[in-house]
Amino acid sequence: MEDGENDGKRLVFVTVGTTSFDALVKAVVSQNVKEELHKRGYTHLLIQMGRGIYSPPKCDGADGSLAVDYFTFSSSIADYIRSASLVISHAGSGSIFETLKLGKPLIVVVNEDLMDNHQCELAEELEERKHLYCARPHSLHQTLTKMELDSLVRYTPGDGTPVARIIDRFLGFPDD
Amino acid sequence: MEEHHCCFYSKMLSRFSISSFMLSLVIVLVVRVLYVMYQCGKPFPKGASRSFTTLIVLGSGGHTAEMLSLLSVLRMDRFTPRFYIAAATDNMSLHKARSFEDSLADKPAVKEDSLQFTQIYRSREVGQSYVTSVWTTILATVHALWLMIRIRPQVILCNGPGTCIPLCVIAFLFKVVGIRWSSIFYVESVARVKKLSLSGLLLYRLRLADQFFVQWPQLQNKYPRAHYVGCLM
Repeated sequence: MEDGENDGKRLVFVTVGTTSFDALVKAVVSQNVKEELHKRGYTHLLIQMGRGIYSPPKCDGADGSLAVDYFTFSSSIADYIRSASLVISHAGSGSIFETLKLGKPLIVVVNEDLMDNHQCELAEELEERKHLYCARPHSLHQTLTKMELDSLVRYTPGDGTPVARIIDRFLGFPDD
Repeated sequence: MEEHHCCFYSKMLSRFSISSFMLSLVIVLVVRVLYVMYQCGKPFPKGASRSFTTLIVLGSGGHTAEMLSLLSVLRMDRFTPRFYIAAATDNMSLHKARSFEDSLADKPAVKEDSLQFTQIYRSREVGQSYVTSVWTTILATVHALWLMIRIRPQVILCNGPGTCIPLCVIAFLFKVVGIRWSSIFYVESVARVKKLSLSGLLLYRLRLADQFFVQWPQLQNKYPRAHYVGCLM
């Protein structure tokens, strides 16, 4: 797993995608989660809060504590992920695979308020394969305390080649 | 008296002929539907194909990313001209499709005629009331029909969510009526591990998709007609 460390800055990037997920934002800025992150050597916490209405308290980290900042949307989420040492994300497949492809340690937090919550299927399957950790907002602290980043297995991205081969054969095209 | 009889018989006869006409029409239709269902999923003879008019239905967010991942490994000369369709509320997908097409190395002059990007009305947005959705469903159906008549695709690539369903149903009707034969390829989203999405389930159960792909082995165990192809992402 890659670590985006530079100048001693170790960033935890939190992303909720295009939705709102205040429960996650509240969970990451809760005292015990912040303390655990600080204990693990992370220096900055940056939150992409989407459409959420809860704005977490900002903190510049001057007193040696975890620096906290947030924004709503950005077109360059990938850059933030690239510069992060740890990513905490909602369960959308876009954010999950973007993070895994960049080889960043990832904790996926499932939104329990969503009605048709099929998204936890993906996160749980990938957790079983040790590509990431899966948590709920209330269990985020617990997941952080037992997290061992060395035990994560790097994800090998797939592609559409098997689909393309079957489509080509079906339509009568010769194999390349 | 005789006239009366005559009238009676001719009425009976016309009634009989109308009902027998209707009956034979229904039979022909049923036979045709069964034939189309039988022919769906049958591969084309090898070497017969050049290129296909292709309709690409973009879902949104993750769905679009998966579709573009598939398109990036397809031989694009085989799928020309290409028509991209996305929901009217989805501004990002067509933008992404455009940048994908721009990244291809084709000559721009050739591209102009063989590429189109269109938005389609959705029958129901998240949270919309059911009363207003009657009207929007009619509007969406008419719009889908108009687009399909214009494009008459030979290949449809889709991967959910619901936007692709009316288009696939119309494509099936086109096959029944004989307007256009098309092949529908559906790739279930990578987010579906244990259960198919509603769109996927409909296309699988109604046998509307010629080839059906899933990205996790658990789903193939449940739906044996599906191809397990591993993750697109």
